[in-house]
Amino acid sequence: MNHLAELEINPQNGADKRDILRSLPQPVIQVKKLVKRFGLKTILKGMDFDVMEGEFVALLGPNGAGKTTFLRILSSLSRPTMGEVWVAGYRLPAQAKNVRRHLGVVSHLPLLYGDLTAEENLRFYARMYNVQDGAERVDHVLDLIGLTARRRDLVRTYSRGMQQRLAIGRAMLHDPDVMLLDEPHTGLDQDACEMLDEVLRNVALLGRTVVMTSHDLARAADLASRFDILSKGVVVASVQRDELEKDQLLAFYRKSLAISMKESKRRGNTDA
Amino acid sequence: MPDESLVVVDKNTQKEEMKSKRHSSLSAYLSSVGAIIWKDLAAELRSRELLSAMLVFAILVIFIFNFALELEPRTRATITSGVLWVTFAFAGTLGLSRSMAIEKDRGCIDGLLLAPVDRTAIYFGKMIGNLIFMLIVEAVVIPIYSILYNVNLFNPGLLLVILLGSIGYVSVGTLLASMAVQTRTRDILLPILLFPVEIPVFIAAVKASTGFMQGLEMSEIMPWINLLIVFDIVFIAAAFMLFDYVVEE
Repeated sequence: MNHLAELEINPQNGADKRDILRSLPQPVIQVKKLVKRFGLKTILKGMDFDVMEGEFVALLGPNGAGKTTFLRILSSLSRPTMGEVWVAGYRLPAQAKNVRRHLGVVSHLPLLYGDLTAEENLRFYARMYNVQDGAERVDHVLDLIGLTARRRDLVRTYSRGMQQRLAIGRAMLHDPDVMLLDEPHTGLDQDACEMLDEVLRNVALLGRTVVMTSHDLARAADLASRFDILSKGVVVASVQRDELEKDQLLAFYRKSLAISMKESKRRGNTDA
Repeated sequence: MPDESLVVVDKNTQKEEMKSKRHSSLSAYLSSVGAIIWKDLAAELRSRELLSAMLVFAILVIFIFNFALELEPRTRATITSGVLWVTFAFAGTLGLSRSMAIEKDRGCIDGLLLAPVDRTAIYFGKMIGNLIFMLIVEAVVIPIYSILYNVNLFNPGLLLVILLGSIGYVSVGTLLASMAVQTRTRDILLPILLFPVEIPVFIAAVKASTGFMQGLEMSEIMPWINLLIVFDIVFIAAAFMLFDYVVEE
């Protein structure tokens, strides 16, 4: 991984230290001082963010905090203006093609073709991802998301919940190491949300690294192993699930945002 | 000292590995292009949205010109190819715009861009798909046009010009449609961007088509065909180089 090179290693016992460092868990996602500007507007303002292998990180924050922009950069759909972004050991945007091989992305749009059946959609993406034994993998994924019975139905006839489950199936088709989920519960009813949660729990049990943005703190508290609060383009707080009682997340979230607001006001006054 | 024969064998193995790697990445590239074409055709076969819109529009344009220009047979022969290419251009714009809108509306363009393939594979897949739709429309329009305008368009040379003109049209059209689809005014923006760029293709296509319809010597037609071939190559090469930048945020 890139950060190994940055650590100072004594030439005499460097080899031993390198072995020890390699045996330690490494961040799958590493972001340093990330800045993203759209014209004159700065969305991400020097953001730092690390995710270790197997972590399920819920990225929480108000509207306009930069969550979607950040996930689009991680998924190589958008270029960073400044800063370093490493995913699965590859640097973005230079090694975007390699990064995409390791990524499964789910957004609030299904990224599916309504005039194709569920099976045809998955077969199409299996070819795009050059999945070996595509037909078998499609059968397996359809089984995993519970859509085998309706595999030959056109996607446009699916409910929103079924489309979202199929979207997760599409994202898992090539067995990615990292899953990026951008508000996957948006527009789903209670039953559909619960079914989606079940699928996401299975994804986490399979050992995937997951980064999920959400406005639904209760669901995030149920699913994630770590919570990061994003406000005005920077991560203002981060906490592990073990460090927090389930019902304390809302209080933690509000407190983090309040501190961040105070801090930005103070900075504004100082600058003035 | 390593055995020289072993070194040679090792080098040969490396070469073979490189060759097979290149071969497999080429086959993955072609498979992605094929997948996009298959997807577009399969979806269109079900919905028939794009082809029916293009066909109805093209036939309406021919009828309007037929009744609006009540011309003598001699004058008619001189403007026939112009009317033909205007019809193809209008119907083609409709098809290009709709083909990319389908990708944008449900976020499918992001699905394509997330695939670990060279993004030019997406361009070629979409371009060939659009070309097939345009050729289908042309195959229906040409017989109707022949009857209404009383001209024989089933000339191999003329069909070659139509093919070359269509390649030039969709090659740059697919690139500009990918750009326009990301804006709110995509339906208006596409023709504004596309028609000025396509002027050289239209001029060459109309001149070559007129040449074949009026039975001119090949020496008079060939410069226009050569020009069409050059434009096709230039447009495809430019789109190949620019597509990645056009679709990136």
